[in-house]
Amino acid sequence: MKRLVLVWIMPLLMVGTVSATGFNVVQPDKSTINFVSKQMGVPVEGRFRKFAVQISFDPSKPEAGKAQIEIDLASIDAGSSDANSEVKGKAWFNIGEFPGARFVSGGIKSLGNGRYEATGKMTIKGKTRDIVAPFSAKRGNGNLLIDGAIPILRLRYGIGEGAWSDTGVVADEVQLRFHFTLAASPAAKK
Amino acid sequence: MNGPPAYTRLAIVLHWLVALAIVCAFPLGMYMHELPLSPNKLKLYSYHKWIGISALLLIGLRLAWRLGHRPPALLPGMPRWQEIAAHATHHSLYLLLLAVPLSGWLMSSALGFSVVWFGVLPLPDLIDKNEQLGELLKEVHEALNFTMLALILIHAAAAIKHHFFDGDGTLARMLPFLKQEPNR
Repeated sequence: MKRLVLVWIMPLLMVGTVSATGFNVVQPDKSTINFVSKQMGVPVEGRFRKFAVQISFDPSKPEAGKAQIEIDLASIDAGSSDANSEVKGKAWFNIGEFPGARFVSGGIKSLGNGRYEATGKMTIKGKTRDIVAPFSAKRGNGNLLIDGAIPILRLRYGIGEGAWSDTGVVADEVQLRFHFTLAASPAAKK
Repeated sequence: MNGPPAYTRLAIVLHWLVALAIVCAFPLGMYMHELPLSPNKLKLYSYHKWIGISALLLIGLRLAWRLGHRPPALLPGMPRWQEIAAHATHHSLYLLLLAVPLSGWLMSSALGFSVVWFGVLPLPDLIDKNEQLGELLKEVHEALNFTMLALILIHAAAAIKHHFFDGDGTLARMLPFLKQEPNR
């Protein structure tokens, strides 16, 4: 009997999801923030395990979209245990004083073809810089999948100071790659 | 029964280039792995890997040469045990010359630090990142290196013994300029 009800309800639910246009429920277990740095020309992958993301985005009204991303820098995995302890120190993130990095969007615009561009302010190590974050948004399983990469110039934020500022060893540009899975907003679902 | 009298010029050049690579990379490896993380350490690791991969390439050429050429025969009049020891050492060294850089490459892949040869040519990772396996391969790389060091010492000691104590032409086969000297 229960199954029968479900069979009846499922199509309704699915219609409800598909017709939803706004997305703002971030699925943390299906979202990642990775980065790739270059050390002596060698691309080295890393990631942040803990971050808090608030995004509301409607692909049909990108201008109304908003994003705020807070990264817990202590959750960094920079590729090795040596590197993990090093980058928490003063020359790098100095997480004793600056435990988090934050991005707050200013505006979002469409570039066409499912591509968008968010401009906003990135704050790392107490320094706030304007950045542009191109991303794509596509639907999958009723969710919205957001993927993008931001080239971060680490020296603009004083990440890796002193001897580490030698970009011949660690390149200035670090690619920050994000993947967020957003479920439809409850308001749009009903 | 007799092979050619001496190694060819190419074989001699390759032998000494590999020797030079080992003389550079071995102490560098010993020194660098103790260092705390610093830009200097990252540089030295890269140099070590570049030398190691270059050596691997040279060793590949040497083995190709060896497969296509018969090495000169050992000098007559050597005791049988010395002949056996010489062949065993040479064959083990060929094996280790391959195994040492390969274990380093495997270890780099497993630890998630690929090799980009001279900072320009990215080499493929031989295995996926796996930190535990990487730590194991570090031990393997070290053990293979010390085994190689022991064999190189035996190899060099034998060459020196042949030259200075036996006064025969064994070493001159790899160092042709020694041949010009009158026989002692």
